[in-house]
Amino acid sequence: MDAVAALIVLAALAIALFVLGQPLWPGREQAAAGRHDLRRADLDAAKIAKYREIRDAELDHATGKLSDADWQAIDRRLRADAVEILHELDGLGTAPEAPEDPPPAAAGDGHDPAAATTGEGGPPDAAPAGRL
Amino acid sequence: MALLGRGLLALALAIAVYGVVASIAGARAGGTRGEAWTTSGRRAVYLVAALATVSFLLLEVAFIRTDLRFEVVADHSSSTTPLLYRIAAPWSSQEGSLLLWVWLLSLWSSLVLWRTGRRMADVVPWAQAVLLGLAAFFLLLLTAFTSPFSTLAQVPFEGVGLSPLLQYPSMMIHPPMLYSGYTLFAIPFAFAVGALAAGHVGADWIRSTRRYALGAWLLLGIGLVLGARWSYAELGWGGYWGWDAVENAGLMPFVLGTAFLHSVMIQEKRGMLRTWNASLILGVGVLCILGTFIVRSGVLSSIHAFGSSTLGIPFLILLATMIGGSIALVTWRRDLLRSEHRIDSLLSREAFFLAGNVVLVGLVLVILWGTFFPLIGEALTGQQRPLETVWWGRFVGPLALVLTLLMGFGPLAAWRRTTAAHAWRQLRGPLAVALLALAIGLALGAGGHLEVAIAVLLGGFVLGAVGQELQRGVRVRRTATGEPLPVALGRQVGRNRRRYGGYLVHAGIAVLIIAVAASSAFKDQHRVHANVGDRFRSGGYELRYEKAIGTWKTQADGSGEKIQKIILGAQVGIYRDGKRLQTMRPTREYFPSTDVSLGPVSRFFLGESATEVALDPGIRRDLWLAMQPDGDALAELLRAVDDRLKKNPAPFAASADAAVRIADFYRQRPSPVTFQVIVSPLVTWIWIGALLAGLGGLLAIWPAPDLQTRRVRARHAARVARDLGRAPAGD
Repeated sequence: MDAVAALIVLAALAIALFVLGQPLWPGREQAAAGRHDLRRADLDAAKIAKYREIRDAELDHATGKLSDADWQAIDRRLRADAVEILHELDGLGTAPEAPEDPPPAAAGDGHDPAAATTGEGGPPDAAPAGRL
Repeated sequence: MALLGRGLLALALAIAVYGVVASIAGARAGGTRGEAWTTSGRRAVYLVAALATVSFLLLEVAFIRTDLRFEVVADHSSSTTPLLYRIAAPWSSQEGSLLLWVWLLSLWSSLVLWRTGRRMADVVPWAQAVLLGLAAFFLLLLTAFTSPFSTLAQVPFEGVGLSPLLQYPSMMIHPPMLYSGYTLFAIPFAFAVGALAAGHVGADWIRSTRRYALGAWLLLGIGLVLGARWSYAELGWGGYWGWDAVENAGLMPFVLGTAFLHSVMIQEKRGMLRTWNASLILGVGVLCILGTFIVRSGVLSSIHAFGSSTLGIPFLILLATMIGGSIALVTWRRDLLRSEHRIDSLLSREAFFLAGNVVLVGLVLVILWGTFFPLIGEALTGQQRPLETVWWGRFVGPLALVLTLLMGFGPLAAWRRTTAAHAWRQLRGPLAVALLALAIGLALGAGGHLEVAIAVLLGGFVLGAVGQELQRGVRVRRTATGEPLPVALGRQVGRNRRRYGGYLVHAGIAVLIIAVAASSAFKDQHRVHANVGDRFRSGGYELRYEKAIGTWKTQADGSGEKIQKIILGAQVGIYRDGKRLQTMRPTREYFPSTDVSLGPVSRFFLGESATEVALDPGIRRDLWLAMQPDGDALAELLRAVDDRLKKNPAPFAASADAAVRIADFYRQRPSPVTFQVIVSPLVTWIWIGALLAGLGGLLAIWPAPDLQTRRVRARHAARVARDLGRAPAGD
């Protein structure tokens, strides 16, 4: 019984050595991701978070917590941040096909307040895709 | 199986140590070579998870089979322990709970690394190293200090059995919940260390770990509530929170984690409080280990710490490393951690969040002081005496009330700034609800206690604020879409889960605080010594001790039927205004001991015992009843029977029959009983409030509908609209 246990542990050790060593084998490094892809993943996450902020401010305005003037100032600043993120994303070159995830129209653009309620960084269900 | 278990744990330890080295090499090397090392380190996490899973399953099998060759099984289970409790018994032991810790940690670590994918490439290797370092610490304990796979040279004929106090349904899941909370908090802790080490201190690490922090908060909260419920219904003292060291050990990371979950929103939205957030989560990580240390070291006496151990020193070394490392990292990165912005206005959500954070941190400091005060007292006087409940109420009560007030203000304020006029418009509704709640509370008698009146007022304010927020959000949606109310409500909440989940948590906590204040202040408690036929009154009820209960329960094992427990109890009739309402049966259960030196029949009564409370819960009040047979009379009887049996050539042959006869004898000729009766209002609302808060947490953590699916739907809808030459309807 002890011999079987020892064999199982040895087998586990052999599997572990293979699994851990494989990424370090010569030639495997070529498969590693480019730095642009990694940065793009971070920027995509930042973009979604920024859009969520814009929608939060929208909802705060729509529910009467923010005055028009305050909301417009905040909205402008948030959108400027979002533009910076998109600019950097564009600078990384052509991305894989991924539809955009737009926030509602900018403050003072005669937007539809319902857009603020669609929340969580997602686009309105039936809104056409487009950039800021 | 023992050798296999030990071998797999040793292998897991070696892999974890390798993973730490590989991950650090990956972080330092950078480039494609660094990525290769990082990938190898990540695979180490997955392998540790696989090995810990197999090890834990082996231990479970040993418990389920009552394999008494294993020391841990012999000490914490027996053939008479019911199957479900045998499954849960591993985490009643130190070895099993440490294995559970490392198993859960490795599972969560695998999950977060798998989900993070290639994002945060500079932070992840450091986070991996921290997670594997923690796993390596616990694996080292399990291999070098306290192995769950230690075997006994001489196999006992029966195990000691699971502590009867732990033979309670919620106790089966209470420890895994707490440990899930602790280990999930290790995720944001590790990523915070990684962000600091990599100098990537923006909000990315927060976004990547927010759900894990929320999950940790939720599971820790569930664990605390289950523990409180167990304390109330099982421990026989009638309270749900005793400010015990082990209870506090779980509460501290929960409270500090609450502060973290709020303040990270400020960093996400404003780029502020970076130092504060990093310090908070590092503090939460330290408190999680401190909690495990308090339970496992035995430095503080507790009704919940099931045995002390020799693990104090290793835990102290780990704690010192974590605290020293955290301080060094934050100091090193202080320039990067400077805030991008300042608070624009005191009438803003971030200002209220910050104020709430200060109160929560103050609360943690109070609990920390109160928890460790007995140790300071022991150093000075040589005697360890916990602080009185009054002390806790004096400091924690006011802080909790201030927190409730801030919970109401927070949702009403907008980020960045709110003008005074807007603030007043927001406040009017909730204030009206608060005053209405106070009026109702006073009408129901809350005026007798100031703290209850304030709790009702502030709780009403929070509920009003949450209700108003929901109503306004739904109104906006309905105005824009014309949807019917239920549809608009569902969609508004469903698409802003984080926001409304948080509000529901606030509502639940408000309910809980009102219930705690009322149930504490208006608790009616009596201790009564009674004989069969006696009547006594408590909290408006008349109780009649009608007859005694003396019975036993057996459990079959391979060698036949064995006595699992002897049950002595009382049947009590409950009356109000002369009308019989119901019958309650509180009991005291005695579990046989394997220690034969106690006496042939005494061993059935002088081992471990537990109170089975009779509880009649209600929306307005709970009736709680426990009993304790007269110990002197019972001891005298047991001595007499033991003496008679010892004269037999084989005294233990007939001892089980004698124990059963004593139960019968007790039923027919009972000795006096001490009853404890508690009538307290609104206790049920504590559990309802906790349930609401839990549902809120679940709502906030629940992922949004699949974004990709929604994007595709949006594209298709737009195309249909374009083809038809008109704009799409609705949203």
